[in-house]
Amino acid sequence: MIEFSRVSKVFDGRKAVDELDLVIPQGELAVLIGTSGSGKSTTLKMINRLVEYDAGTLRFAGEDVRHFHPETLRRRMGYAIQSIGLFPHWTVEQNIATVPQLLHWPKPRIRDRVTELLELLHLEPGQYRGRFPHQLSGGQQQRVGVARALAADPDVLLMDEPFGALDPVTRAALQEELRRIHALSGKTIVLVTHDIDEALGLGQRIVLMEQGRIVQQGSPLELLTHPASDFVRDFVGRSDIGIKLLALDRVADRTRHDEAVGGEPIASSSTLREALSAFITRKVDRLPVVDEQGRPAGTLHFCDLLEAQA
Amino acid sequence: MSPPLKGWPKALWRVAGDPLPWSFAALVALTLGMPALRPLFAALFPELDRPVYQQDSFAALVMAHLSMVALSSAIAIAGGVLLGLWVCRPAGRAFRPLFESLLAMSQSFPPVAVLAVAAPIIGFGEAPALIALVLYGLLPIAQGTMAGLDSVPASTREVAQGLGLDTWQSLYKVELPLAAPVILSGIRTSVIINIGTATIASTVGAKTLGSPIIIGLSGFNTAYVIQGAVLVALLAITSDQLFGRLEERLGAWRTRDATDAGAARFVQVSGR
Repeated sequence: MIEFSRVSKVFDGRKAVDELDLVIPQGELAVLIGTSGSGKSTTLKMINRLVEYDAGTLRFAGEDVRHFHPETLRRRMGYAIQSIGLFPHWTVEQNIATVPQLLHWPKPRIRDRVTELLELLHLEPGQYRGRFPHQLSGGQQQRVGVARALAADPDVLLMDEPFGALDPVTRAALQEELRRIHALSGKTIVLVTHDIDEALGLGQRIVLMEQGRIVQQGSPLELLTHPASDFVRDFVGRSDIGIKLLALDRVADRTRHDEAVGGEPIASSSTLREALSAFITRKVDRLPVVDEQGRPAGTLHFCDLLEAQA
Repeated sequence: MSPPLKGWPKALWRVAGDPLPWSFAALVALTLGMPALRPLFAALFPELDRPVYQQDSFAALVMAHLSMVALSSAIAIAGGVLLGLWVCRPAGRAFRPLFESLLAMSQSFPPVAVLAVAAPIIGFGEAPALIALVLYGLLPIAQGTMAGLDSVPASTREVAQGLGLDTWQSLYKVELPLAAPVILSGIRTSVIINIGTATIASTVGAKTLGSPIIIGLSGFNTAYVIQGAVLVALLAITSDQLFGRLEERLGAWRTRDATDAGAARFVQVSGR
C-alpha cells in the first residue's frame, strides 16, 4: 500500500530522513516510534505530501505520490493529530463532514455518515452532533478527530501522536477503540507515537527510528525478544521487557477452561500483565476468569504466565 | 440582579438596559431637534447672536459626515485586509517588515499635515480629506488582519492542509473565520477614530460635522463647537455599539458553555 524506497528528506543541510526503506502492506497497523527528532513525524507527513521528499521514491497504491494532486491524495487519506486539531468554530457534525463536503457528497449521505461515525465512536449523535469542540472533554474531542479522519472512508489513516495529550485512562480507552476500528474496517493505519507501551499495544509492525534511519522493525514480540541493539533494548525498556511481553497476551490465551475457583474474577480480555498485577495484589496463585458477558470461563494459574513465551 | 419579570415587561426591561437604542435615539433626536434647543443655547451663551448653527441642517451634515466616513473606511478596510492577507502569505511574507514600517509612518503623520500637503496638490474638497482618512485608517485594520491570522494555531492550519483543503479553502473556511474577531476589532478601532478625524476634512472645504466646529472655533462661537462635537461623539458611540453587536454575533460559538442548557440558550438568542 505504502512503499518507501531509499527516501531522504533534508532540512537545513541535516538529513531528517535518511535513505528510508519501508513497506506497509494493505490493512496493516504500523507504528512509527522514536525519540523527538528521529524523523518519525516527517516520515508520516511525506506520505500525504505535507512534507515533500527530496530523494528516492515513495509509492502509494503502486504510484509515486508526486503523481497525485496533493489535495486529491490527502482526501484519500484520513489525517488525525492531537486534539487541538479540531476546527473550533465548527460543530462536531461540521468537523466530521469536512472531507465529505470537499468531495461534494450529497447532504443526506453526509448526515448519515456523521451519525454512523458518532455511533462507532460511542458518542450519542443527538447529543453531540451540534456541539462545539470546546464543549467536549479531551477524550471526546479526540474521538471526533478520529471520526473526522475516517469520514470519507479513506484508504489509509495517518495519525500523528493522536492520543498524546490525553490522560492515561482516556488514552487506554481510545487505544482499545482504535484496535477495534482497525479490526472492523481492515484499514491501513500508520500511527506515530513516542510511547513504547502504545506502540507495543497497538502495532502489528513497529518501526523504531533514530536520526532519520530505521533501527529495527518487526512485530512487538520480535522487538522484545530479539532487540537488534542496545539502543532498541533500552528503548523497549530493558528491565521491563518481561512485563511488556506479558502485556502482549490475553488472559483468554492461558485460561484452563475445565477448572473453577472462587474469588473476584478477571476478564478474559485483560492482558496477562494485568493478571500478574492481580495475582500480586490479591496474594493468590489462581484467578477465576469471566468472559465479556460476565459468565465464568475458567481459571488462570500463576504458573501458566510462564508458558509459551518467545 | 434583574427583577423576575415575564412577557413584555421583561422585553421592555431588556431593551431599556441596552445602551444602543438610547444612544441611537439621542443621535436622531439631536440631529433633527437641534434648532429646538435654541433657548437653551441662548441662555448658556447670552453673548452670541446666533446660538445655533444654521448654515446647513444637521441632518445634511450627519449624512455628509457618514458618507465620507463610509467611503474612506471602505477603502481602508479593503486595502488593509488585502495587504494584511498578502503579507501573511508565503508570496508576500518578505514584504511584511517593510509594510509594517510604512504603516507606522503613515500613522505618525498627523492627518492635518497630510491635508496641508495634499490640498495644494490635488485641490480643495473631499479628495484630499479622503486620502488623509484612508492613510490614517489603514494601520489598525492591517494590524488586526495580521494579528488575527497569526492567532490561528499552526496545528489548525496543518490539519486543514492535511485533510485536503487547498490554500484558498483553508483561508476562507478556517483561517479567516477564526481571525475574524481580531480583524473586526481592528476595523472597529479604525472606523471609530475615522468618525472623529473626519471633522478635520472641513478645514479643506468638505462638508462634515466638523463644519460647525471649525467655524465655531474661528468665530469664537462655543455653542457651534459643542453642537458639532456632541453629534460626532454620539455618532462614534452608536457605531461602536453596533460593532460590539457584530463582534458578539461573530464569536457566538465561543460563548456556548459545556451544558445542553447553554446550547438551548444559544438557539434562543440567535433565533430572536
